Amino acid sequence: MGQAIAFYTISAFVLFFAVLVVSTKDTVHSVLFLVVDFLFVAALYVLLGAEFLAAIQVLVYAGGIVVLYLFVVMLVNLKRPPEAYEDPHRRTKLGYALSAAVLVELGAIVGYGYLTPSPIRPAPAALPVSGNTEEVGWLLYTSYLIPFEIASILLLVAMIGAIVLAKREL
Amino acid sequence: MIDSFVIPLLKIAIVLNATLVGVTYMVLLERKVIAWAQSRLGPMRVGPYGILQPVADAIKLMIKEDITPTRADKWVFTAAPIISMVPALITYAVIPFGPTVNLFGRQVALSITDINIGLLYVVSVASVGVYGIILAGYSSNSKYPLLASLRASAQLISYEVAVTLTLVSVILMAGSLSMVSIVRAQEIQHVWFAFVQPLAFVIFFIGGLAETNRAPFDMPEAEQELTGGFHTEYSGMRFALFFLAEYANMIVVSSVATTLFLGGWLRPFPNVAALGFLDIIPSWTWFLAKSFVFLYVFIWVRATLPRYRYDQLMAIGWKLLIPLAIANLVITGIVKVMLL
Repeated sequence: MGQAIAFYTISAFVLFFAVLVVSTKDTVHSVLFLVVDFLFVAALYVLLGAEFLAAIQVLVYAGGIVVLYLFVVMLVNLKRPPEAYEDPHRRTKLGYALSAAVLVELGAIVGYGYLTPSPIRPAPAALPVSGNTEEVGWLLYTSYLIPFEIASILLLVAMIGAIVLAKREL
Repeated sequence: MIDSFVIPLLKIAIVLNATLVGVTYMVLLERKVIAWAQSRLGPMRVGPYGILQPVADAIKLMIKEDITPTRADKWVFTAAPIISMVPALITYAVIPFGPTVNLFGRQVALSITDINIGLLYVVSVASVGVYGIILAGYSSNSKYPLLASLRASAQLISYEVAVTLTLVSVILMAGSLSMVSIVRAQEIQHVWFAFVQPLAFVIFFIGGLAETNRAPFDMPEAEQELTGGFHTEYSGMRFALFFLAEYANMIVVSSVATTLFLGGWLRPFPNVAALGFLDIIPSWTWFLAKSFVFLYVFIWVRATLPRYRYDQLMAIGWKLLIPLAIANLVITGIVKVMLL
């Protein structure tokens, strides 16, 4: 009961701030709402018992990536009137169609979840380690080793790419 | 009821109040030590030897006029000091001041909480603290604060990498992210991690100076170049909040350094039984004494060293500290796998 109340309250805040992110005119305020939104998502992780993920969420997203967003937003002058963004080639109809497609898809997922009874999954095999961090580490380095390594290589490639693009002479 | 509500609330109240009092007296200590280093007397007027100076300062800051510049971004301008103060204070939630002790017939842990991801919590909360500085500079709508906050955030992000890498090598030694377990690991291994990880210890301390914007890395508030730094436009209590946050952060860095590298609440040489008579002294006293040494060194460094130039600061961070920290981490990993 208490968990459900907490979940719906936090989710309401997540959605509220997500709407503020896209509806605020001042870009810096918008980025700040994004930070608050990420903090509430971290609160959701804590509620689900995933403290490790919550700390990483705050460290990487709220504390790292959004700082860079803020840098870019502060250094680029975005204080033009909204009319300046009116693009004659903007495809409004295509935008509506895409959002409608996403909405239908979401509705389909929710409806499917309600209509079909969830299959009874076997309980996950007990891991040889206990504790949130240890379990994440164990799974990453056993069952999910290859996806994990592929993701690392992807990040490495992105890093090298950024250096190659930014540095004039190597 | 008592165990789940009253005691934690009492602990939070005690820790927060002790921190704020400690912060105000840190300011006095800093002024005194720097004065002695420069053959001056320091504050002498308010109370004997100036010991009531912090009280006078607090009253002054509270009744001063609080000005918001006309063209400032009001909401963000008001939020920025709060954003820098809160992370500094909530970090104390995981710092262990002592082991579980028997207090009035009740088992009480001398830390507000001991969560499994304690160290990660400290790092992630600290990473949010940078917003206070960036937003203060941005929302003032003034040149010097903006320049200072850009410098500050670049500096904080750069040194955070080196500091976090040193923390990883400590985690490798201890095998846990919990602050209490890290102290216990030092007890079990019979050695303070400062002796097995000297390089990590030095990098952590240098990084800590930079993270708290202290001399010789007090680039964001370099008076000669930036007038007052990122808080130029702030006055009264909001300025005081930035000031408090800086000193609260110093205490956090000292406490974390004590916990990770100097054995936390353990007495010196916990493995030498002949020194057992030192156990009469309560464990939290050791913790406070060790943290105090760090705080004193912070002030001592400020009184002694000139400020680095900005490009030198970045060069030290990226070309020296981060490679050293990575090398230290790799060597720690290899030694840990091969020998232990």
